[in-house]
Amino acid sequence: MNILEVENLSVRYGAVEAVRGLSLRVAEGEAITLIGPNGAGKSSTLKGILGLVQASGTVHYLGETLSRRTPEMLAAVGLVMVPEKRELFASMAVEDNLLLGAFPRFQRRERGIREDLEWVYSLFPRLLERRRQLAGTMSGGEQQMLAIGRALMARPKLLLLDEPSLGLAPLIVQEIFRILGELKARGVTILLVEQNARMALKLADRGYVLEAGELVMEGRGSELLYDPRVIESYLGIRTREAAGG
Amino acid sequence: MDWAIFSFLAADALQNGTIYALLALSLVLVFAVTRVILVPLGEFLVYAPLTYVWFLPPEVSGLNLRGQIPGTAWLAAAMLAGWAFLERKSLRRAGLLALGSLGVLGLAWWGAQGVPLWLGWFLAVLVVLPIGPASYRLFFEPAKNASVLTYLIIAVGLHFAFMGLGLVFFGPEQFRLPAVWSGQTQVGLVPINNQAFLVYGFAFLSALGLYLFFSRSIYGKALRACAVNRYGARLSGISPSQAGYVSFSIATLIACVSGMLLAPLISPAYFQGFLLGLKGFVAGILGGLVSYPLAALGALLVGAMESWAAFQASAYKDAIVFALLLPILFWRSLRSQELGEEE
Ligand SMILES: Nc1ncnc2c1ncn2[C@@H]1O[C@H](COP(=O)(O)OP(=O)(O)O)[C@@H](O)[C@H]1O
Ligand SMILES: [Mg+2]
Repeated sequence: MNILEVENLSVRYGAVEAVRGLSLRVAEGEAITLIGPNGAGKSSTLKGILGLVQASGTVHYLGETLSRRTPEMLAAVGLVMVPEKRELFASMAVEDNLLLGAFPRFQRRERGIREDLEWVYSLFPRLLERRRQLAGTMSGGEQQMLAIGRALMARPKLLLLDEPSLGLAPLIVQEIFRILGELKARGVTILLVEQNARMALKLADRGYVLEAGELVMEGRGSELLYDPRVIESYLGIRTREAAGG
Repeated sequence: MDWAIFSFLAADALQNGTIYALLALSLVLVFAVTRVILVPLGEFLVYAPLTYVWFLPPEVSGLNLRGQIPGTAWLAAAMLAGWAFLERKSLRRAGLLALGSLGVLGLAWWGAQGVPLWLGWFLAVLVVLPIGPASYRLFFEPAKNASVLTYLIIAVGLHFAFMGLGLVFFGPEQFRLPAVWSGQTQVGLVPINNQAFLVYGFAFLSALGLYLFFSRSIYGKALRACAVNRYGARLSGISPSQAGYVSFSIATLIACVSGMLLAPLISPAYFQGFLLGLKGFVAGILGGLVSYPLAALGALLVGAMESWAAFQASAYKDAIVFALLLPILFWRSLRSQELGEEE
């Protein structure tokens, strides 16, 4: 069953058309990645799906058409995004950040929130150590883990991640991807936006390549990983980026 | 200045400062969550006791108002009806709001028929309370994501509208209200009105209640989250507009109850809300409209300045307090430059 189906999505900011006629689908249990260079429109795609920016086209989630959508409404039904800049509650404790991720579930008086907190702590033991610390005082990598942990507390049916590796040291990036792999193995459905094409394609079942607002390729993760065009334009870029810092 | 005078001034400062502190806490709460500087909070403060006057038996109020529904009830009912209209897409919500609108009129009618004092007291608070959250829905929510300045302009407009309506509803005179706890208690050299102790008690309970709410309850934490990072809150499923209703409701409740407790001490009239609110605002500014403890401290400072000024140069009492704003704003602008642009 497809959890998410996006058809003909377009996002424009004034005269700039950031995304043009994009269509993609994510089936239950899949890990999908959307790769592309800086400014390709990856974040705009996610924002368009969540209703954070004006977008045309249709979005079906769990078989329903979402016409008027807001991120708070979607988070309550399990469509949760880990945003590019993490957007933590910096002056609040780590544990409060995590609990707030489950806010809609508290509102519904759902059970199992405490158990999920234990589970997130077992995924990220660092967060357990720092549970009383203020979120804003942690390192970039720890903050990214907290952002993912907070999203997991919503029990996402589909987890959107916007460049979780951005600005992190290689060792931390590996750690983050190890966790994403673990989530995938546990059956969490993932839509991962990345510039780090190599790691993203290794993780993903399928991938889409976005360039200047349009999809230019799609295929199985392993196929894209060895596609000469992808190797030339994306897997090359990464080494250049690393050299440039 | 001898010891006796000092004690008198100190008691006066504490009483006024406590009210300013309650208003400052409410203003900080609303500003942190919604970026609205709630100028009409002072109007809500006087609306409640003035409404109560309409529910008093003639032998207590000295007026014959029996059977008249106070104007605030019509206002609250009209605003709830407007709110219901805006929610017309959701039949359930619109229905509940319309019911609330009729309910407010019903409560006011009941109160106007002659009820025991204590019941009239609660009815007055209940009648005025919806005006706060309804203001948010009708005037601030439609201007979603507006700048602080736009919100401020709306808030100032509302303040003038509510003050003018106050004059229409209640006339220009001051009213004497019965104390909930009459009599005085001698503390050292100073006789303190027992009613003032109720003000202190309420202030203490409000501060404690808010503290527990913000630190223990997931709803209080969600409100803080909205204040800290609105975007992050939305992504976590916390609706900023719901947080707005909650913060407006809490602020209005605190203002109404403060007004009810303060009223027997000041004999309220429609115009008094503004000065009280403004002094609460001066106190809130001391905390940059973000820090609760600094705002409370500022409120006590404002109270102290005021009673000192009343003694030294009573004609300039208010002017001196507002002159306090200039050094504070100057200091804050220096500090915000040091910190750079926050957001
Ligand atoms: N708020 C905005 N206003 C105007 N243009 C924007 C805005 N956000 C993004 N853009 C433009 O849209 C394009 C796509 O941006 P974005 O979706 O952030 O790309 P990516 O996430 O792939 O780096 C870029 O050209 C960017 O400059
Ligand atoms: Mg981006």
